[in-house]
Formats: sequence, C-alpha cells, structure tokens
Amino acid sequence: MNPRPDNRGAAIDLESVTKAYGAFKALDGVSLRIEPGEFMTLLGPSGSGKTTTLNVIAGFTDVSSGKLLVGGQSVVGVPAHKRNIGVVFQHYALFPHMTVGRNVAYPLTLRGVGQDDRKRRVAKALDMVKMGDFAHRYPSELSGGQQQRVALARAIVFDPPLLLMDEPLGALDKKLREWLQLEIKRIHRELGTTFVYVTHDQEEALVLSDRIAVFNRGRIEQVGTGRQLYDEPATLFVGRFIGDSTVLRGEARSDGTGTALTIAGETVAAPRRLAGETSPVMLLRPEKLAIRRPGQADGKNRLAGTIAEAIYLGSGSKYEVKLGDGSTAIVRSPLTGENFALGEKVELCFDGADAKLLPDDSTADTTLT
Amino acid sequence: MEMKPLTRVVLGLVSLLVAIWLVAPTLVVVPMSFNGNKSLSFPPQGFSWQWYENFVTNPEWSTSFLNSLKVASIVAVLATVLGTLAAFGLDRMKARPANLLRMLMLTPMVVPGVVLAIGIYAVYLDARLVGTLPGFVLAHTILALPFVLIAVSANLEVFDRRLETAAASLGAGALTTFRTVTLPLILPGILSGLLFAFATSFDEIIVSLFITNPYLKTLPVQIFSSITRDADPTVAAVGTILLCATTILIGGGMLLLGRERKGRL
Repeated sequence: MNPRPDNRGAAIDLESVTKAYGAFKALDGVSLRIEPGEFMTLLGPSGSGKTTTLNVIAGFTDVSSGKLLVGGQSVVGVPAHKRNIGVVFQHYALFPHMTVGRNVAYPLTLRGVGQDDRKRRVAKALDMVKMGDFAHRYPSELSGGQQQRVALARAIVFDPPLLLMDEPLGALDKKLREWLQLEIKRIHRELGTTFVYVTHDQEEALVLSDRIAVFNRGRIEQVGTGRQLYDEPATLFVGRFIGDSTVLRGEARSDGTGTALTIAGETVAAPRRLAGETSPVMLLRPEKLAIRRPGQADGKNRLAGTIAEAIYLGSGSKYEVKLGDGSTAIVRSPLTGENFALGEKVELCFDGADAKLLPDDSTADTTLT
Repeated sequence: MEMKPLTRVVLGLVSLLVAIWLVAPTLVVVPMSFNGNKSLSFPPQGFSWQWYENFVTNPEWSTSFLNSLKVASIVAVLATVLGTLAAFGLDRMKARPANLLRMLMLTPMVVPGVVLAIGIYAVYLDARLVGTLPGFVLAHTILALPFVLIAVSANLEVFDRRLETAAASLGAGALTTFRTVTLPLILPGILSGLLFAFATSFDEIIVSLFITNPYLKTLPVQIFSSITRDADPTVAAVGTILLCATTILIGGGMLLLGRERKGRL
C-alpha cells in the first residue's frame, strides 16, 4: 500500500475546550494543535480528561465552550456520524451478528460504495491488519487481539483523515500489546493519517508517539516529544508520570548562583532557581544518581541513605534507597557497577546540573529560569 | 456430589410423579378427542375422527377459530410494536421514572383478570365495543403488552449500547443504527414477545367472556360455552390441535433461537 502524501490526514485544533458536568469540569480550557499526519498520544491517569477529549473530537460528547476544528473546519455541533472520523474502542465494539467481512464493509455500505470496490477495499484493509483469512468468521470466534485488529481495519477502511484510538490495547496481555504497538506504528506510517491515541501507559506512549500531551485534572500539563517530557518536564506531575524519578523536598534557599535544599541536615545544591515565591523541589532521573559506599562519594551533592530494595533487571540493577527524611530515591546502576545488599548504608551523589528544579505541585503559575 | 442409590431411586420416583402430574391433563385430552361416543368420558370408548370433522365443518367452531386467529394476529403485531417502543423508551430514560412507568405498564399481569374484565366491560358498554373486533383487539393488547415489554427489556439489558456509538463513528445515523445494529441484536426478544402476545390473546378467556356476544366469539369462548351447554368431545379435538400447534410453534422457535445463538456468541 502506498503512503498517501496527497492525503496526509487532518489537522486538529482545540481552543480552550471546556466540558462541564454541573460544577465538575471534565475538561478545563484545553488547547491543543495536532499536526496533519501526526501520531499524538493523550496520556494521563484515569479521570484526567484524555478520554473526554477523544470523545469530544469524535463527536460523542458536546463541548460546553471552546472551539474544535478538524481539517480547519469547525465541527462543533456536527453529529458523530457526519464527522468521517475512524474510532477504535478499548472494547472492540465489533457487531456480533456480522462476520468480520461484513463488519469491515459496514462503513463502506453506508457510504454507498459499489460491491466490487467494497470487496477490494475490505480485502485491502484486512490484509493491512493481517486478518485477510478471517473474513468469514464471526467476532465471537476470534481472540481479543484478533478482534481489535478487525476493529482497526473497520476504522480505516473508509480512509478517514483522522483515526482516534481509546486505550485499544488495554484489555490485552503484555506480549500481544507490545506486538500490536509496533503494528499500529507501521499502519500509521503506511497510511499517513493523523492518529490520536489515548492511554494511561507511559511506556506505550513513548513507544508510539510523535508527541505526547500529558493530562491532569482536565488540563494539559505539557505537550512534547517523549524525550522533551523526560528530560525537561514542565511540572512535577509530568516528571513523575513519565519514567521513574526521585523527588527531593527540603528547606530551600535561593540566591544568585542557584538553589540549595536542606534535607534532614544534609544540603544539596543546583545551579538554577525558580522565579516567584514558590518552594522548589528537585527531580532526578534514576540514571543521574550514582550510588557509592560511604566515604567513596565524589561530587559535592551527597545524601546518605539505606538500601531498601534491590531489583535485578538483567541489563543492570535498580535500587530503592531510603533517605534521611524517610523519602525514597530510585537509582539505576549499570551491570558493571558494584552490587549493594539490602540494608547497606550508602551515599547517593549527583551533579547539581542534572537536577530539575520544579515548583511543588499545586502551584502552577511559575516558570523555570 | 455422590448420591446414595436409595436417594437416587427416591428422587427419580418423585420427579416422575411430578412430571406425570404436570402433563396428565394434557394427556387425558388427546385420547378423548378420538372418542367414538358423544361424551367427554375418560377413558374413551371406540375410535373416530368425527370430532375433528365437526371442528372443520361446523361453522360455529371454524368461525370462532378464525376469529381467534384474526384477533391474536392483530394483537401480536400491535402489542409487539407498542411494547418494543415502550421498552426502548424506558431503557433510555432515567432509572427512577422508568421503573415507575414500567410497574404501571406491568399491572395488567398482576391485577386479577375478573377486575380488568369488569372495568373493560363497563367502558365497552358505553363505547359500543362489546362483540366487536376492535374491542377484542384493544382488550387483548392491554393483556399482551407486558409480555412484550418484559421480553424486549430483558434483551435490551444485555444489549451493548457502545455498539451504537461504534456505528455512529462509522457513519450510521440514528435510524440506520437501529435498523442495522440494534434491531438484529434484540430480535430474539422481539420475536419471543410476539409469540407470547399471540398466545396470550389466543387463549384469553376471562375478559373475552365479558365482551363477547353471539356475533363475535373467540375459540376459548366457544370451547367454554360448548362444554357448559353439552359435553361435546369437539373441545378435546380442538385442544389436541392447539396442543400440536403450540408445540410446533414454541419448539420451532426455541430451536431457531438456539441455533442463532450458537452461530453468534
């Protein structure tokens, strides 16, 4: 199948979209631009507004206020069946009384596609998801993964410029999920359609997406590539949601050269400061922390701790270290490093430049300097 | 669980007794219909087809049979359409008012037939509906509607409404979605409602006795008046015919539904 550079998929613009249920705001002023042909993942915990956003785009849910444009056209008030958007659901939603072939032909029949053309396109779509041999089966005769592939074929067979997927792999086991992730990625590349994908699984988001929008409490916390979100989280929520992290909290002092945090009598410093009157926290990725036996630590930022958990990962080890203030740090050390036993006293050290200074949760109107 | 041999024998005997008890009245009717004498005695004496002949040739019987068929057919269609619409409406309403309305619509099943009959008769006298086809149809529809409502509601309860959302995303408007997705999936409920509605009307006797007149008699009314006037064994023949018909109808329906289910689920 050829890519379709002429039909790259639709752009989506959400501008201050709000959806209120009484006093509760499921979406609170969400603005997001999705480029044509982009793979955008909406990531967040349950109830964060990611699925509501998807339902708003699909037309299953009305917006309370705000603008919504698909391909430059406002679709506010346009019913779902007139939007020409493909949707894949977590629960497959195949019609149980139709064969696989008739399920996939359904959107084409509705569009008055002639029989020959219909047959050809159904076969093409089923081949694309590698279900070509199953056209005469009923959905009940298929496994979950097979059903979801059929549902995917049904959602792309009518060449929609936009495909929405709502946790499509949520009900499948890990192995199958990982394989289907790669399949979805391949299909996205081949079709050139805009994909909007909802998940609460940050690993899945990192595998699939061009960009990720992180949702929390009906708002978007940050939009960016996986690397941007991991390396430069804009908020503590994003930093903790994407990847493992250690959050250091303590008594903070800022001056012209940086910020110092005093945690249970020990002081660490980073050469940055937060604007405004907010109490900063330091966020450190597991590979930025080094673990040493007492007295052997190098660098000027040191924290004493005790090994609380040692996890062998094959490619290395992961340690949970209990710090002086009772909080837990997560450290990943390479296979070549030393091994540490449970209960062993250790020191953690890090380069202050690797520490991200972030405002403590609930204070949103500050920026990094 | 392992059963002792004695327990097994006793259990079998009791089950057999209950089974005989349940089907005995039916099994009495069949031999009586071939009675050689003009009496409803059991065991029958001799053998003859004359009561079946009488059923077909005697206009009193054949007319009432056709009347019943006519009334029951119209009632079945009317009750099925109304009951299905009601089930739909209730399914998509808020739970509290829906439950109230549902209870209201099911009252004809609970209210004693005689009470209903008296009420209907009183109204019909004024409205000149006694002994008319519309009169019978209206009265029987009241009685048949709850059965359709129950059957279709049960089906809607297990119907996955997310399929309608999926159909919408694929381009189907509300009516198309109903025709191509919802209707085929709740059809078993609608069909069994139709069957129950037909049966309810076909063998309804209490209300029918009140609103009948010499010009319009249904089969159950004819059976009742015939058996109170003279012990005509034709009723046994009618009974046997009905027994066969319902067995074929219900049995066939169950077989059909069973096969459908196997194919789909």
